[in-house]
This record gives sequence, structure tokens and C-alpha cells, in this order.
Amino acid sequence: MATTDKEVKELIKREYEHGFVTEIESDTFEPGLNEDVIRRLSELKQEPEFMLEWRLKAYRRWLEMDEPEWAHVDFPKVDYNSISYYSAPKRPEDMPQSLDEVDPELLRTYEKLGIPLHERAKLAGVAVDAVFDSVSVATTFKEPLEKAGVIFCPISEAVQKYPELVKKYLGSVVPAGDNYFAALNSAVFSDGSFVYIPKGVRCPMELSTYFRINAANTGQFERTLIIAEEGSYVSYLEGCTAPMRDENQLHAAVVELVILDDAQIKYSTVQNWYPGDENGKGGIYNFVTKRAACIGKNAKVSWTQVETGSAITWKYPSCVLRGDNSVGEFYSVALTHNYQQADTGTKMIHLGKNTKSTIISKGISAGRSSNAYRGLVKFGPGADGARNFTQCDSLLIGDRCGAHTFPYIESKNKSAIVEHEATTSKVSDEQMFLCRQRGIDPEQAVSMIVNGFCKEVFKELPMEFAVEAGKLLEVSLEGSVG
Amino acid sequence: MLSIKNLHASVEGKEILKGINLEIKAGEVHAIMGPNGSGKSTLSQVLAGNEAFEITSGEVTLNGDNLLDLATEERAREGIFLAFQYPVEIPGVSNLQFLRTAVNAMRKHRGEEEMNAAEFMKLAKEVSRQVDLDPAFLKRGVNEGFSGGEKKRNEIMQALLLQPKLAILDETDSGLDIDALQVVSNGVNALRAEDRAILMVTHYQRLLNHIVPDYVHVLAGGKIVKSGGRELALELEERGYGWLGIKDEDTSN
Repeated sequence: MATTDKEVKELIKREYEHGFVTEIESDTFEPGLNEDVIRRLSELKQEPEFMLEWRLKAYRRWLEMDEPEWAHVDFPKVDYNSISYYSAPKRPEDMPQSLDEVDPELLRTYEKLGIPLHERAKLAGVAVDAVFDSVSVATTFKEPLEKAGVIFCPISEAVQKYPELVKKYLGSVVPAGDNYFAALNSAVFSDGSFVYIPKGVRCPMELSTYFRINAANTGQFERTLIIAEEGSYVSYLEGCTAPMRDENQLHAAVVELVILDDAQIKYSTVQNWYPGDENGKGGIYNFVTKRAACIGKNAKVSWTQVETGSAITWKYPSCVLRGDNSVGEFYSVALTHNYQQADTGTKMIHLGKNTKSTIISKGISAGRSSNAYRGLVKFGPGADGARNFTQCDSLLIGDRCGAHTFPYIESKNKSAIVEHEATTSKVSDEQMFLCRQRGIDPEQAVSMIVNGFCKEVFKELPMEFAVEAGKLLEVSLEGSVG
Repeated sequence: MLSIKNLHASVEGKEILKGINLEIKAGEVHAIMGPNGSGKSTLSQVLAGNEAFEITSGEVTLNGDNLLDLATEERAREGIFLAFQYPVEIPGVSNLQFLRTAVNAMRKHRGEEEMNAAEFMKLAKEVSRQVDLDPAFLKRGVNEGFSGGEKKRNEIMQALLLQPKLAILDETDSGLDIDALQVVSNGVNALRAEDRAILMVTHYQRLLNHIVPDYVHVLAGGKIVKSGGRELALELEERGYGWLGIKDEDTSN
């Protein structure tokens, strides 16, 4: 993520080139959602007609839908008309001009995460910024990516430059009417990443994106689409952070992955949206639909996620294993503290023959938080010889938090094999006593024990991400002892 | 070095230690013997700072400083080490990581530079050989899937790494076969030093054949009822606890 000043300047220039800041600098929509808002949004983004139609159709579906209430979370109803659905990126001069103007608590967190100084400034929204860091990566590595034929750009750019690809694949994995939040996202999505890996290409580097939510910035409704053509490979990383705000903010993203014959996508997430303060005030409502479709034979997808943020998480990265011999993997660490609530897990839909899936879920609850794993493993009639292995472990810290497991298994094929293992454990007084007796601080001890618990998932993460994830757990667990 | 005066401690409202008095000087090895339920393990846990026990009265000083004022980890950094009778598992945390974290916590406390992974690996390998543990053990989870004997050797290895001022060994001999006992005893004997004291808690005399104590104390009903030299342990082996007026349901070995 090293970005020099020159690159940052180029980045801003690119933003200007896209007509964002210059033309719409004073443009923040009034709160509220209706067809006119969507028309204005589409017009501002200079979208082709098909995109507007797609958005409007999604909006009409959304109006007829009800908010899901089955999740194990509890929060006041969101007033969708109190939200502004478009906000132009801030002009550089409106942003904090130096780190001195940024909340010191936030900086302390970045420091602990070992984020380099210039990166901290970027994350904190100081002066120069872009909604998506992918732009800078694309800039930095533009040449090797272009040479390989890889497309990596904001989705708003893809809508204009590659409308055929967008038309073909957008909504092909998560249809606009899939669920309440996906429908909302389809209607109003602001931006996101677009990745296209051509046939037989192994993406020459890991692609990474930093998502950020700023109160006045876009990004609450991002949309990501990744297409891996036959025999291709890509590893995609996303990091998410949000500044602290007293009010709750809605984040309803959609991620679609399309994987063709013999292709593989490895998708890693370190999510640290603002979780609210220690009294449960503020924080992000993270209502996200992530789904991968292995439509080709021998296609493979891995979701690896480390989630410590958000006030409320509603998220089930899923794999539709349509191609024969396709493989889906889900490795997850979800940590909740204070008053955070998480209802998260995965869905493995086995349709093709000999499809295989693995689920390793590690839930950690501290404080007064509630952490639920919800997972569906489904075998269609054609899923001969398919198998799933699920391991679902919960770790409790203290005695005021909760952990729940809701596994669902549906099989329409007799040859399918399912294995399910689940454990619940506590950071025990004996473990703490052993660590402290060896001179280790209680907070460091908890962090070490929790990191050990998550080891199977961390080893799936790319190296630097694994280090960051470990540190993130440490920071997130602060104050969980005593 | 360690001075215990009229120490009373209870757990869940039940008094276990009922006035312990004990002086231990640097360089000495003391053995505390006694029947089950006499308070031996409680004494070691209380000295190490297990918060499950409540100290109702008494005084404990380490080199003149009040030990009871210190948190568990502070006591450890001041040089109190407890080899556990039943070492707990910490799944997924490698022994190596755990030990390096501990060693560095101590070094930091002493104002010394922390050891990097390579330096520590070298040291840990040397020490693991001293207790006849394959260095491959260092990569396994803390006590994860260790046999009883391996756990005990691992405890002694930690003492050798941390070089405490006072090493408290709680039933370190229990569950060991004769070969393992020899290995563990060699490790403990390697710990003996002029500036270090060792307090061994044991039910059985046999350990004292391998690690010869300077003093032997008999603990019964939460009090030290008799103190003596090495010969006291031999006498106990021969005559049991009965002659001291103590009931013991299990003195066989």
C-alpha cells in the first residue's frame, strides 16, 4: 500500500478526470429515496440507459420487499428516508488538513495496527483522498496489469468502458431482487471495484482495496464485481475502516464473484468498520450480500474474512457450486465486543457433481456482545458425491456475552456427505493464570489466546494481512479483561 | 528471601491455610510434604497470586517487599515461578510464541532488550534438550496433546528459561515414571543456585531421593506441624503421617 505523494496527486487527478469533484462539488442529495433520486444519481454518474433501467427495476422490487427479521440481532428500524443516497466526495480543502485535526483515538488505533504514517493520514481522511485505494494500486501497477490484460477499475468506470461485461455479469450472481439489502444496493450503489481476469491469466499481483466510510462520502453502498475467466487466478484483498461517528450508519454492499472453468478467486477481507463506543453508541450497520458463483468445472473460490468491526453485522458470503468438481471455502473470524451484534456465516450450495466445500468459522464474543454463526449447506439433486466439512468454534470472554450457532443442512441427494463439528469454549481463568504467572500482561494474554484460537483462519490470509488481522484483534479486545 | 508470617487463606469462604510461618533463604531447597487436602497446593497457588484464593490475614515478603500487594504477573516478573501440577492447554498458541512472550515480558521488566525470534529459538532449543524434550515440541500448541510427563518437563523447561528467584514446584513428580522423574529431577537440580530458592510441594518422598532438600516441612490442616532436615522425609516414608497425629487416606506410593 505504499503510495508516494506523486501517486496520490495522480490519484486525485484521476478523480477529477472522472468528473467527480469538479462538476458536482456542491452536490449532496437531500435525505430520502424515490425514483427521481435514482435518476439524478445515474445522470451524475453519466451512466448508460441500461444501468438506469436496472437501478429503477431494483428500486421497484425493493419497495415491495420487507426488511429481514430472522437474524439474531436487535436494532431500531432504519428510516430509509432519513438517509442521503448521494454525496459528492469532499473537496480536499474541506478535509482535515493534517493529522492534528483528526480524532486522536482513531490515530492511536492506526498506530497500533502498524499502518504507516502516510497511510494513516489517508485512512483518517486527511486532505488528499480517494474513496477507493484500488485506484492508486491500479495506477502503481498499471503497466503490468495492462500487459496481462487484467482490468481493475472503479465499477462506475467499468459501466462506461466495458458495458458488455457489466451487462452480462452484474446481478448474475446476486440478482437485484435477491434480498432487501441487495435490492437497495442495486438501486443506489455508489461505486466499488471491477475486476476482470482474462482466460488463462494469473493476475501478476494481489489486488487490494481499502474501503472507507466517511459521513459525507460515498461508499455506503459499494458494489464489487469480479470475473475470473477460464483457467485464471486472482487474489483480492479488501480492508475496511470507518471513522468514529455518534450516529449509526448504514452500509449495504454487494459483492459478486463469477468463476469459470478451472479458475480460482481468493477473496480476503479484514473488516474494521466502526463498531460503536463502549456503551453501544454509534457504529456501522453492515448488511452485506457476498456471493460467488462457480459456474465452470473445477472452479474454486475461497472467502477468508476477519471481522472485528460494525455495530451490527448481517453477512453470509456464499458459494454456489454449479460446475462439477468445483470447490468453495469459507474461513472466518468474527469478533464482537461491547454491544456489537453479529449474525454471520455462509451458504454452500452444491449443485454440480463432486463439489466440495469447507467451512471454518471462529466466533469470539467479549463484553456484552452477541455473536451468531448461521450457515446453510445445501445439496441439489444433481450433487452426486458432493461433500461438506463444517467446523464452527465459539470462544467466550467474560460471562455477559453470547454465542449462538444456527446450522442448516438440506440435502436432496443421498450420496452427499456432511460433517459438522462445533465447540464452545471460554478463555479460562486457568489459562489466564498460567500466562500471568509467566509474567505476561492480562491483555496480551487474552490477545495471544484469541490469536491461537483463530490460527486455522489466519493461515489462509496473505502474510501482511495475517499480521494486520492479529494486531486488529489485539486492538479490538482492549478493555475486555477485568 | 521469602518470608511468610501467619498466612491465612480461604477459597469460597472455606479456610484452607490457617497460619503458615516459613522462612526461605537464597540457595536453599525446601520440601513441603503432607497428606491430600492439607493445603500444599493452596500455598503454592497463593504465593503465585491465584485470585481464586482470598488472603484473610498474614504477611508475605520477597526480599523485604510485600508480595501480596503485587498482581500475579508482577510477582512473576519479580522472580516467582510456579511449576503447575496440572498445566493447562492453550490451543493454537505455539510453545515457542508463548515462551518468547514470557521471556520478553521479564526482560522488558528488567529494562533489557527483547529477544528476536531467531535468538530465542536458539536459546529455547538448548534448554529443551536439558529436559530431554524434542525441539519439535516448541512448535506445538502450549501443552496441547502433551502427555503428563511431557507437560511436567515443559514446566521445568520454562523455569530454566525464566531463571526465577524462587521456583515453586507443585507436585512436579506426580504421574511420572522413573525415567521421566530422573529427567525432571536433573532439570530441577540444574536450577539450584546460590541466588535462587526452590520450594517443592510433594506428597511422596521418592522425589527427594533425586532432589535432596535442605529442609522438610510437614503441612497438615493448613499449618506446618513439623519441620526438620532431609531425615524427616525418610522417617515419613517409613512411618507414614500417623505418628504425627495426622490422618492420611493415601500414603502409599
